Amino acid sequence: MVEEEQAVRVVRCGGSELNFRRAVFSADSKYLFCVSGDFVKVYSTATEECVHVLQGHRNLVTGIQLNPHNHLQLYSCSFDGTIKLWDYLDGILIKTFTVGQKLHALYTHARAEDAVFVAIKKEKPDVFQLVSVRLPRSPRQDAEAEEPCLVLDYISPSPKCVAFGSQGEYVAAVRDFYLSVYFFKKKATSRFTLSSSGNRKHAKNNFTCVVCHPKEDCIATGHKDGKIRLWRGFDDEKKYTYTCLHWHHDLVMDLAFSATGGSLLSGGRESVLVEWRDAAEKTKEFLPRLGATIEHISVSPAGDLLCTSHSDNKITIIHRNLEASAVIQGLVKDSSILTGLMIDPRTKALVLNGKPGHLQFYSLQSDKQLYNLDIVQQEYINDYGLVQTELTKAAFGCFGAWLATVEQRQEKEGELELQMKLWAYSKKTQGFVLNTKVSMPHEDRITALCFCNAEKSESPTLVTASRDGRFKVWVLADDSDIYREAVGWTCDFVGSYHKYQATNCCFSEDGSLLAVSFEETVTIWESETWELRCTFCQRAGHVRHLCFGRLTCSKYLLGATENGTLCCWNLLSCALEWSTKLNITVMEPDPRSENVAAVSRSSGGSDLFVFKPSEPRPLYVQRSICSEEVRWGVFVPRDVPDAFTSEALQWLNRSQFYFLTASQSLLTFSSKSPEEKLTPTSKQLLAEESLPTTPFYFILGRHRQQRGEQADGASESELVQLPLTENVPAISELLHTPAHVLPSAAFLCSMFVNSLLLATEARSAEEMPDDVDMEEEKESDSSEEEDDATEKAQHAGHTDAGEDLLQQLSQLSKCEEKELRKLRRVDYSWVTAP
Amino acid sequence: MAGYKPVAIQTYPILGEKITQDTLYWNNYKTPVQIKEFGAVSKVDFSPQPPYNYAVTASSRIHIYGRYSQEPIKTFSRFKDTAYCATYRQDGRLLVAGSEDGGVQLFDITGRAPLRQFEGHTKAVHTVDFTADKYHVVSGADDYTVKLWDIPNSKEILTFKEHSDYVRCGCASKLNPDLFVTGSYDHTVKMFDTRTNKSVISVEHGQPVESVLLYPSGGLLVSAGGRYVKVWDMLKGGQLLVSLKNHHKTVTCLCLSSSGQRLLSGSLDRKVKVYSTTSYKVVHSFDYAASILSLALAHEDETIVVGMTNGILSVKHRKSEAKKDSFPRRRRPAYRTFIKGKNYMKQKDDILINRPSKKHLELYDRDLKNFRISKALDRVLEPSCTIKTPEITVSIIKELNRRGVLANALAGRDEKEISRVLNFLIRNLSQPRFASVLINAAEIVIDIYLPVIGQSPVVDKKFLLLQGLVEKEIDYQKELLETLGMMDMLFATMTRKESTPASDGLLENRIES
Repeated sequence: MVEEEQAVRVVRCGGSELNFRRAVFSADSKYLFCVSGDFVKVYSTATEECVHVLQGHRNLVTGIQLNPHNHLQLYSCSFDGTIKLWDYLDGILIKTFTVGQKLHALYTHARAEDAVFVAIKKEKPDVFQLVSVRLPRSPRQDAEAEEPCLVLDYISPSPKCVAFGSQGEYVAAVRDFYLSVYFFKKKATSRFTLSSSGNRKHAKNNFTCVVCHPKEDCIATGHKDGKIRLWRGFDDEKKYTYTCLHWHHDLVMDLAFSATGGSLLSGGRESVLVEWRDAAEKTKEFLPRLGATIEHISVSPAGDLLCTSHSDNKITIIHRNLEASAVIQGLVKDSSILTGLMIDPRTKALVLNGKPGHLQFYSLQSDKQLYNLDIVQQEYINDYGLVQTELTKAAFGCFGAWLATVEQRQEKEGELELQMKLWAYSKKTQGFVLNTKVSMPHEDRITALCFCNAEKSESPTLVTASRDGRFKVWVLADDSDIYREAVGWTCDFVGSYHKYQATNCCFSEDGSLLAVSFEETVTIWESETWELRCTFCQRAGHVRHLCFGRLTCSKYLLGATENGTLCCWNLLSCALEWSTKLNITVMEPDPRSENVAAVSRSSGGSDLFVFKPSEPRPLYVQRSICSEEVRWGVFVPRDVPDAFTSEALQWLNRSQFYFLTASQSLLTFSSKSPEEKLTPTSKQLLAEESLPTTPFYFILGRHRQQRGEQADGASESELVQLPLTENVPAISELLHTPAHVLPSAAFLCSMFVNSLLLATEARSAEEMPDDVDMEEEKESDSSEEEDDATEKAQHAGHTDAGEDLLQQLSQLSKCEEKELRKLRRVDYSWVTAP
Repeated sequence: MAGYKPVAIQTYPILGEKITQDTLYWNNYKTPVQIKEFGAVSKVDFSPQPPYNYAVTASSRIHIYGRYSQEPIKTFSRFKDTAYCATYRQDGRLLVAGSEDGGVQLFDITGRAPLRQFEGHTKAVHTVDFTADKYHVVSGADDYTVKLWDIPNSKEILTFKEHSDYVRCGCASKLNPDLFVTGSYDHTVKMFDTRTNKSVISVEHGQPVESVLLYPSGGLLVSAGGRYVKVWDMLKGGQLLVSLKNHHKTVTCLCLSSSGQRLLSGSLDRKVKVYSTTSYKVVHSFDYAASILSLALAHEDETIVVGMTNGILSVKHRKSEAKKDSFPRRRRPAYRTFIKGKNYMKQKDDILINRPSKKHLELYDRDLKNFRISKALDRVLEPSCTIKTPEITVSIIKELNRRGVLANALAGRDEKEISRVLNFLIRNLSQPRFASVLINAAEIVIDIYLPVIGQSPVVDKKFLLLQGLVEKEIDYQKELLETLGMMDMLFATMTRKESTPASDGLLENRIES
């Protein structure tokens, strides 16, 4: 336990990108595989549930492909230089092949026997090679792959820029302005070049992706200017032809042929999936509004499903008739996080900016996105250089009953559009419903937003601070008339301090005081009367963070300034308690304790300090938690308090600290990795539960389930009774004795049933005196004398069994021993009866 | 795969009155018919029986008007002095009226000469009413007395002398023949029971009582006097239920709507207020040209008749709803095609598949959905849209700007189309709620069409108009800033005395609001 506690380390959480590489369907389209950081995730296409996480790689997984020779196996390659073969149904690692170099992409095809193709990087930067790697057929789990042999040099780093031909006869690769096709039989490369950027008209002629037709000799390439070219007759460098398809107005991100090759799918920044039937310009079908830029398209081998990976960390599974059927959504890390990290008090979900104009609710426990709340409610137009409406601030109030959001849009030198929305939680719909919309709540950007979260505050109160030098207090007012009951938010008070910009605001824990910082000055206002109580000024730069102490430290106010000073003021004496030099980027109070976590930026990375406002010495310090800047942090209250006994780690007992770095990775402190928390059994259950529910399942599944339960029950009883039925001579004799010599069934029945009852018999057996054994022996003797030859034969068998029993007796417990003897006794009584 | 999100049309709070079902109901009257009487109209009373004629008391005459007649269909003019309070009996066949000389006269509505004359009051009789049994008349007079008369033998039955000032209003219970209430200038409203010969309940109104009204159930009493309308719970022995002070001058008359859901009060401040009888909030208010003395509602609120001090009788009839049916209705599929299968009860193992309902999109939204930006703009620049709902036009312009295609949508227009854009800009540019969007649009228009200025005199004129408008607006803003500066100075001198920054904030708050 102690060792474990020492090992608190920074753990990455929130899942990795799902859209890093093309997703791969299983042969029966039941599962979808996608790379996710160091893992490969197996999703059920019907339920969107993650069925397995294939873990084993030590570094980023860069490619996955189905084993063309066994479609129940999956190859994966990674930056750690290994290719692994998985059984995805059970989530077992079958084999590991070590190549030794960083692998950037993986390709397979059926013709290449036990060889796969990988992209590796040469010593020089930005020069990649496509090589084939022969995988040895050794029975051992770990194997060295054979020395790779070069296929194509100087390929593009993007795996979308290499494609294998239908029969594995050729491989096509594109880079910049040329398409090169390598024929395996001829061992020759043909090269087709488009006019380069020298000509202005063709300035954006660059190739972006390539795919090959599954049946015919046809190569489709996507280009930066939105054109798709279909190449035919490329086996001859002179006679080749190409046709052009043009719909996209921005670059073509990915292409895919349908399983039969009948249609071509393309997608790009417009977030519209285009299906070109028969590869003709006129017969197009569209699936619009997919939410974000389409990064990858993949088609299932069976041809019934296809999926698109989007830049907002989402995979959309689409039915063949272009109907979206499922969405696998990871933590959206696409946009820059402006709202910071918050915790929804109701769902305990992490809340932050999601898709453009949305707020995402991400469950940290189940590591999946719960839902996206559309805040901006505008048609999203994805175009380069377009100024979007941004969701800049959000705050939860009144224990999740209210949500306040601020959105803004400002074109260069244009007028600022500002809107504040207040959302009420509706118990009926279990979601947030827009209650009040305030357009232009302030004349300039809103810098801070906070609710009064005191437990006994009579009416919800919200404070907004803005760069226009004012802070406004909004209260919930009754807006009902005789026709309807309604509540709405109105401005209650406007405060300012010498026309300085208001930079931050914060309510004390009991809601009696409001602290608003105006540049360098912190002002304290009484919330009852909105009177200015006192001001603190440290002359150490603008106040960046502001928070009140909690619980026993509620008399302190903390402020961190831009010049790298952390100040703690005592509100009772209205004086500075202590201050220290610390360049704080994140300061977060723990809602469950007095602790405050501060992350500071230093030359070596970011350092974490946990302290109580009452004393300037930190409780816990961890240097260089990550190399980059920490942008946001939040304490997440634990459902079950952890039990760290060591003093340094007690701050982690009640809450967990999550933080988000500049590169949008969500990190936390943990003593164990989050994967370990999921026990294998629960995963197994997950896998079974996530099987699709088809109409047949409804008809047969329930039936089968019941039967399964019965079978389970039976097997359990068998486990108990198996020794009974086999070893107990009573039953075997009963079964072997001819029916005409047996007494009536009614007579036997109760005895037989009694013989099967274990527990009660055991009780009675315990009470029985020891001399029963003696009687038994006698009886058996007498029975032997009376029985005829056939009986004797049986008896012989019986004694055998008896001997077996005796052998077992030595192993069985005393109670069982008695019980079995009793059974023997019962059994003889009816044999002797006739 | 969220569907297309329609453009959010910015709604602006409508200043002034909110539109509620009450305002719709009470505004649904035709323009009033004005009838000139000889003097101030002191009483209007509708006959409770069809054809719902009404009696108007003004000066020394009583006129009977038919529902839609402009001229009186009958006149009783046998008064020596001013007549007061002509009131119909419940069956609509008798009419009783008081008079300035203290007499009470009973008329048959078919005859001319009075059927009965009740002599006994020494001063002007301002209020008369029939009791619920139809055989008695109650009268109150300026001699402080209230008398009960027997109709068959025209005898005085009882006299109540409990009031200490003029008795100016009264009302008999509609359920109990023995109960009636009177209001007096001694600030009290008294309920009398003829069986006990004295008042049973007396409530203090606080002002000279001008009008009293009993609810049909008799449980609630409404009294009006001074600026107040007070509602009393008679079943609790005259407890004050609510006191309403919504008029600026003396409230002179009260009336209940036919449903009993709304109470109307008319006042000398020339307003009629409508209250909800559940919450006693004002739900509507009418304005009239002169001080109101009397008010009556016809059966089913079909007509509102208001009598004023200047002798004008204002009659408002409800708009008939039959008109709409005269339109030829489009043939639609039979009703049963819509309800087909609606009443199907889900069986145990059925799986219900709901067909997704198709979202209705406005025409401009359909254009925007398909990126037909110029067409969408054309659509919202139609005069029907720009005049009635300029906010839609502005919202579409804003949306186009957000999409970065406003310049494309505005470009390539001919003279007629560009003048339409300019017309809209000229009309709405100076409105503060639209200004930020339209200034941007105007800049783009000027940028685009700068090279072609001078080619069309129509467009040039529009541009000049726009220029004039902008100049005017700039002057106006300058003036406003000057005024604001002056006000700031005044406020600064005011706040120095208090010298608390909090009050400074409060003041700012007040200015903002």
